[in-house]
Amino acid sequence: MDLFDNLILGLTTAFQLKNLLFCLLGVALGTAVGVLPGIGPTATVAMLLPITFGFDEPVTAIIMLAGIYYGAQYGGSTTAILINLPGESSSAVTALDGHQLARQGKAGTALAIAALSSFAAGTVATVAIAVAAPPLTAVALKFGQAELFSVVVLGLIVSIALASGSPLKALAMIVLGILLSTVGRDGFTNTARFTFGIPDLDAGFNFVSVAVGLFGVAEILRNLHDPQHSGRIVGAIKGLWPGREDLRRSVAPATRGTVLGSILGVLPGGGHVLASFGSYALEKKVSRNPKEFGHGAIAGVAGPEAANNAAAQTSFIPLLTLGLPANGVMAMIAGALILQGIALGPSVIQDEPELVWGLIASMWIGNFLLVLLNLPLIGMWVKMLQVPYWVLFPAIVVFACIGCYSIRGNIYEVLGIVVFGLIGYLLIRAGCEPVPLLLGFVLGPFLEEYLRRALIISRGDPMTFLTRPISATLLGLALVALVIAVLPTIRRKREVVFAEEE
Amino acid sequence: MSPRSWPTRTLRAGAVAAAALLTLTACGDGGGEGGDAASFPEDDISMIVPFSAGGPTDTVTRLIAEPMGEALEVQVLVENVEGAGGTVGGAEAAQADPDGYTVLMHHIGMSTAPTLYEDLAYDPQTDFKTVGLVTEVPMTIIARKDFEATDAKDLITYLKENADSVNLAHAGVGSASNLCGLLLQDALGVTFNEVPYDGTGPAMTELVGGQVDLMCDQTTNTSSQIKDGSVKAYAVTTPERVESLSDLPTAQESGLDLEVSVWHGLYVPAETPDDVVAKLTEALQAALKDQTVIDEMAKLGTAPVAEDQATPEAHSAKLKEQTELWAGILPAGG
Repeated sequence: MDLFDNLILGLTTAFQLKNLLFCLLGVALGTAVGVLPGIGPTATVAMLLPITFGFDEPVTAIIMLAGIYYGAQYGGSTTAILINLPGESSSAVTALDGHQLARQGKAGTALAIAALSSFAAGTVATVAIAVAAPPLTAVALKFGQAELFSVVVLGLIVSIALASGSPLKALAMIVLGILLSTVGRDGFTNTARFTFGIPDLDAGFNFVSVAVGLFGVAEILRNLHDPQHSGRIVGAIKGLWPGREDLRRSVAPATRGTVLGSILGVLPGGGHVLASFGSYALEKKVSRNPKEFGHGAIAGVAGPEAANNAAAQTSFIPLLTLGLPANGVMAMIAGALILQGIALGPSVIQDEPELVWGLIASMWIGNFLLVLLNLPLIGMWVKMLQVPYWVLFPAIVVFACIGCYSIRGNIYEVLGIVVFGLIGYLLIRAGCEPVPLLLGFVLGPFLEEYLRRALIISRGDPMTFLTRPISATLLGLALVALVIAVLPTIRRKREVVFAEEE
Repeated sequence: MSPRSWPTRTLRAGAVAAAALLTLTACGDGGGEGGDAASFPEDDISMIVPFSAGGPTDTVTRLIAEPMGEALEVQVLVENVEGAGGTVGGAEAAQADPDGYTVLMHHIGMSTAPTLYEDLAYDPQTDFKTVGLVTEVPMTIIARKDFEATDAKDLITYLKENADSVNLAHAGVGSASNLCGLLLQDALGVTFNEVPYDGTGPAMTELVGGQVDLMCDQTTNTSSQIKDGSVKAYAVTTPERVESLSDLPTAQESGLDLEVSVWHGLYVPAETPDDVVAKLTEALQAALKDQTVIDEMAKLGTAPVAEDQATPEAHSAKLKEQTELWAGILPAGG
């Protein structure tokens, strides 16, 4: 059987000592850099990319890059859980419940569940790539700008369910996030928007400034305001390992997350971001106990982490089957491969079977090594939480500033941390959550670009969103999601009204 | 505030150090190395690429950095300073110490930036000295694979007759594909419906998926899709055919007055002494004769420029001619 032969070829390639070592090195380096506050997978891969330029064999280079990518992703989840500082949009979701678990003394559980869910999702997604790469690619190519716009709309609407407070405030935060994302030079017309003539704002606000400010600095300010929190972050540590009950409760969410992530990962643009947000919203919807979300629900870690990792894996599909990178990280990896003399495109799977299958096999091995590497480290990470709050947080913010400055050397991005910290503090005081704002900020550019491009292609006819069947279906789903999100509030209001009348 | 007022890379290494210490460091660097052309180079040279690691320009830079370093007997270190269409890296290089230890690699964008960016922090023609051209990457005119036109001549007729219905993709304002698309419309005397994307990757995805009709982009970005048939190729934009795509006619032999390439060149700050520039030019010429460089560039669908082009004179003539050309074609920026 072909698939079997291919997997054997892949495993033999990946298990060559050299490839195995570079896979391990990639995973270790990726984790080490990714665990720095505010540095996510994209920044990590960009920083470490040049290491692979001198390799003689392309398969070794891509295996190491893939290792760096997973490692960085897991490193990002670690900081999200421990100190509520996501390095990239996808781990912002993990921070929601993961950090609450850490505060309850269950950081070890959250870290272990994150690693195990990722591993399980990685295993399934690896098989999915081996089996379903060509058909999935064909589906992804059917997605034009109109369809992508509708996917983002659906994602944003569904995410209103993310908020534990009022849907209206969540909507307001999403809109604010979208507005913030419009700052910078517009790629369609080259016009600077809302930059007040400051050239350093041309590239817009940096995700790291926004995330570190909204999550990290705002948190410190809140604690200064409210001194009873200012001891240690966590309560007593209740065991490092997840109990049987935690594991049992993670299986279904991780499975759903894997399926959702595998599908969304193939889509270009915001697919992998939507995967973790979407999975969280889904888990909250299907949960028998939705109130638990935001206060340390284990499903809120397992689902998004699985979705995130599955999407990271399947985002290789368009690259391997068509030579088309699905996101920034993939574009960097594609560049490295071209430098290695690999002609990317539909024929790469025939021309370079060792490369493709070796990579697929090493994805699985990389995930396995990630678990081996990280499970023993959990004890060490958790100890970090026992450092007094007033020592740990200023140190984290200093590291975040250095990290932020070193990526592009832009002082405005460091100032941005302060400004967004103040904004975040005011929002928390006003009872608004920063997560929908961040989501709006991340997805805003996609929403705008897809909308404008779809309208350019349709020559200004908005019916394009309804006459294209996939787009129309997605918008229909968004409408349903909106109704479901708003209904409970309406019902509650009516109950309140009735209660008053009696 | 302009980017000029912010610390340069020398300072960046010690992001946390006190300002006084940084000033000392900067003075130290200047005093030790400045201007002594006879002994140049005594230290590693940093080559700024104003685009991201792994991209086509970065790839070309890393190819020539090593053999140039061998010729100069020092290390040539590649640094990516990306942002705002390559103008962030350009600004950083413009204010570097003019001692030859900071070299900028930039492409055709050097000639379009003055028109596209009204508030550009430097003047490419007066704030830099040219070292020499490196490579001129050919561009290809391609379409979705089920596009009606059969060959280049047919394409020209088709585009003239159906201009209104054609969706032309490009990788964003100021990108090479945008520039080529503008020249194409200019040469045909038509206006297409232009669809800007955020980079070549997404634009190519949509073209392969058949969501848009036409694109003109560098061989470095299009060769693999052309070879495996996921897009239909019609012509190359260089005066001569391209060796790796030899069955594609040039635009000119197909009756279209269009010639454009993505030329790359090296720059140093304007105050750099001429004999330092001469040493860099010599090293560049040596690197362009390196067999590995020739082979790797061929894989990317391009080639090193001829030796008489890898000179400050040929390069500055190119920059001047192109700056004037694009000022007439591009819409002015804000």
